[in-house]
Amino acid sequence: MELNSKVPSGPIEKKWEKHRFDMKLVNPSNKRKYKVIVVGTGLAGGAAAASLGQLGYEVEAFCYQDSARRAHSIAAQGGINAAKNYQNDGDSVFRLFYDTVKGGDFRSREANVYRLAEVSNAIIDQCVALGVPFAREYSGYLANRSFGGAQVSRTFYARGQTGQQLLLGAYAALSREVALGSVKMFPRHEMLELVVIDGHAKGIVVRDMITGKISSHVGDTVILATGGYGNVFYLSTNAKGCNATAIWRAHRKGAFFANPCYTQIHPTCIPVAGEHQSKLTLMSESLRNDGRVWVPKKAGDQRKPWEIPEDERDYYLERKYPSYGNLAPRDISSRAAKQVCDEGRGVGPGGRGVYLDFSESIGRLGKGVIEARYGNLFEMYERITGEDPWKWPMRIYPAMHYTMGGLWVDYNLMSNLDGLHVLGEANFSDHGANRLGASALMQGLADGYFVIPYTIADYLTKVKPGSRPGVDHPAFKEAEREVEGRTKKLLSIGGTKTVDEFHKELGQVMWEYVGMGRNEAGLKTALQKIPQIRERFWKEVRVPGAGADLNQELEKAGRVADFLELGELLAYDALMRDESCGAHFREEHQTPDGEALRNDEKYAYVAAWEYKGEGKSPELHKEPLEFENVHLAQRSYK
Amino acid sequence: MKLTLKIWRQESPTDRGRLVSYDMPDAAEDMSFLELLDILNQRLIKKGERPVAFDHDCREGICGSCGFMISGVAHGPQKLTTTCQLFMRQFKDGDTIVAEPFRSRAFPVIKDLVVDRSALDKIVQAGGFISARTGSGPDGNAIPISKKNADLSMDAAACIGCGACVAACPNGSAMLFTAAKISHLGLLPQGQPERKQRALRMVTKMQELGFGACSNHGECEAVCPKGISIDFIARLNRDYMVASALETMEPVKKV
Ligand SMILES: Cc1cc2nc3c(=O)[nH]c(=O)nc-3n(C[C@H](O)[C@H](O)[C@H](O)COP(=O)(O)OP(=O)(O)OC[C@H]3O[C@@H](n4cnc5c(N)ncnc54)[C@H](O)[C@@H]3O)c2cc1C
Ligand code: SF4
Ligand code: FES
Repeated sequence: MELNSKVPSGPIEKKWEKHRFDMKLVNPSNKRKYKVIVVGTGLAGGAAAASLGQLGYEVEAFCYQDSARRAHSIAAQGGINAAKNYQNDGDSVFRLFYDTVKGGDFRSREANVYRLAEVSNAIIDQCVALGVPFAREYSGYLANRSFGGAQVSRTFYARGQTGQQLLLGAYAALSREVALGSVKMFPRHEMLELVVIDGHAKGIVVRDMITGKISSHVGDTVILATGGYGNVFYLSTNAKGCNATAIWRAHRKGAFFANPCYTQIHPTCIPVAGEHQSKLTLMSESLRNDGRVWVPKKAGDQRKPWEIPEDERDYYLERKYPSYGNLAPRDISSRAAKQVCDEGRGVGPGGRGVYLDFSESIGRLGKGVIEARYGNLFEMYERITGEDPWKWPMRIYPAMHYTMGGLWVDYNLMSNLDGLHVLGEANFSDHGANRLGASALMQGLADGYFVIPYTIADYLTKVKPGSRPGVDHPAFKEAEREVEGRTKKLLSIGGTKTVDEFHKELGQVMWEYVGMGRNEAGLKTALQKIPQIRERFWKEVRVPGAGADLNQELEKAGRVADFLELGELLAYDALMRDESCGAHFREEHQTPDGEALRNDEKYAYVAAWEYKGEGKSPELHKEPLEFENVHLAQRSYK
Repeated sequence: MKLTLKIWRQESPTDRGRLVSYDMPDAAEDMSFLELLDILNQRLIKKGERPVAFDHDCREGICGSCGFMISGVAHGPQKLTTTCQLFMRQFKDGDTIVAEPFRSRAFPVIKDLVVDRSALDKIVQAGGFISARTGSGPDGNAIPISKKNADLSMDAAACIGCGACVAACPNGSAMLFTAAKISHLGLLPQGQPERKQRALRMVTKMQELGFGACSNHGECEAVCPKGISIDFIARLNRDYMVASALETMEPVKKV
């Protein structure tokens, strides 16, 4: 199948403007005749549902938490980028675009990234209007901080709780629409199937997580904004409930999954404490502005950090990347940490950690300044580790964090399945092979506030108002039966192992063979092991209880079953992409100093996978990538 | 360390419920309370028993999903800490810990430690917003906001909507939660046009939903994991008084 990205013609600065004019508008009196299903109410889905409700569409929105305010966007700490250039330090829309394409290691679609940079400023304005209490300078104007992968200061923030405040803004806008009746909100509802009729996405099947009731919801179009799939690694910085079920079910129904192997490991997380570890906690990357990363020069050095003199410390990021230093991009910093730990120079229990040391900045700026900047992060670190970071330098280690891959979408954010739109972390669109800090919040809100309201109108002008089917359409009944059958099956296996045991086993395979460093042999091992785990899962899992009430084990079981399929596709994509790029590091392909070595001749494309049925190999569709505005170059942060 | 957990088990909203005791011989200091429950649940499943239901998601103290009464205190003994961020080093070998759901008229129990807190969403829907249509805002720097007010607004906005304040209040009042939202928006210039209506709508809704009145016990502030100050309640009362004197409540309107 020919993948048409539908990128408008013309110079990059004019594409979006031209496209907005070329797209058709829905007659205002017709808007309320269209129903839009929005799955997910994080930044992307929340912003979309609120904006579409305001425009007059009938919206139904779903989330698995008990309230829309709890989507995992809430946990983003560091900030959101915009090209305001309020600092007068040389930023511009083009520079934000350039940095993002380069940061993504030339594996993203230029036109999408440009549009993202272009609407970034309107996002800040909208959030301020909604009452987001961004940090301010004494002048009363908005403050900025720096983030990895950029030499300008363009990140807007609200203490260490930027995601929370942005989400509460979108949630407030959404709540207003709920009050007005334009959006109907369904919390504690999990989407378990997508319904496609004659090639058009027309609705979903959900499970009411309190009563267990399975029901169908019909729409003229469906939006998935269900977040990332990082939990395929079991341990990650994602919330426990984050899952791939919505996008995976859509994939099984025909939506292409793009670049599943582009998964980002975050360099600054609290190291694993033990077997019982249930998730990993991110320490905001902003800490790298003032913290210096180091390990002892000598392997196996057991001395306390303050007993190690300066000249026996290796500030390896500053040494290897003099111009970006501790602010080197995430993939590079993560691999550098793994490398020094592999050399036996790691610190803390198990030797899987590096120091993040603030003593130099405390000396230079005073404790007060550091406390004002990062006080809450220091507290969080102490609460979790029991160590006082004012005395001991923090210990950090990389952890699975963000997924650049996701469902394939065109410029209009529509997947290859007609009528299925995908927003936020759930799509693959803007970050290429590596996402820069503070760009995911930007993308989620760009998609939800400023892109989908336009492109969905253009789509709906092609759908006859009032033509959508009813819930009694055979396709819905069939999908409900499938969901019920799957639920029954999970409950009836009655094996001896828990869902978590399988999830952990999968996670270990993913981390070991499909994590920070990948190679052919390892990936082949993973491709052998994952189907075996999956097979055992369907024979040996024990899911207690029944389907007709709140059953958290059943919820987990469905999600893990899908991860067990997605994990295989992820490893397969990683194997087939025989190059290194961004966060996808194939050990076979590196420069003499250990940097990712791309192969643009063979791999400058988006790998969009088509599902071919259980036990069958997926089929690859390529979307070639062209770089007309940012010239393909070896990324360098030296 | 060896601990005994006494956990409230309740099959359904109509079940009467009871405390059940579980021995935890292998708790460790660097486990979170929820990780201890994970271990218990793994064990219960293997034994063919029903695991304990509890709400949680981010497990880093920000989503507000988690929360129950731990030996009588909402979110447990450590100040400024959500249940998911409570680590076992806060307890001693041999301790018995009682876990019960948040109890309040407006929060019916669903199962075990899970309660229905949707009433908090309804308070926000009543008026906890600024009606700024997407695309309508001026440049972010067009409205300077003093750092002092922006910071104070952020202090209030830090509320995670966990409902511990309601559970701790002898009257089951949601005043701290509501005051936090009213103060967050009321301290900003953008929040002024709807300030009076916001106070009228949110307070009225709160009363309708079965939350009690505030009689200044201060228990809410003591358990709040985000340190939301009770001073914000004074701010809410002021806004509400002024609003009642000057305006009558109107429904939320489209434009
Ligand atoms: C700890 C952490 C810190 C971060 N910090 C930053 C930062 O500083 N800056 C930055 O730019 N980015 C940051 N990110 C990344 C960023 O937060 C996310 O990529 C972004 O918020 C994702 O938003 P979203 O709307 O796509 O998804 P989410 O916010 O994850 O929302 C997903 C929604 O989908 C719903 N859902 C999921 N599955 C189903 C289903 N099957 N049925 C029904 N509903 C479902 C959920 O209930 C939820 O409402 C961070 C991420 C993490 C984990
Ligand atoms: S005010 Fe505090 S205790 Fe109450 S809901 Fe907000 S964060 Fe929770
Ligand atoms: S689980 Fe999110 S605050 Fe505790």
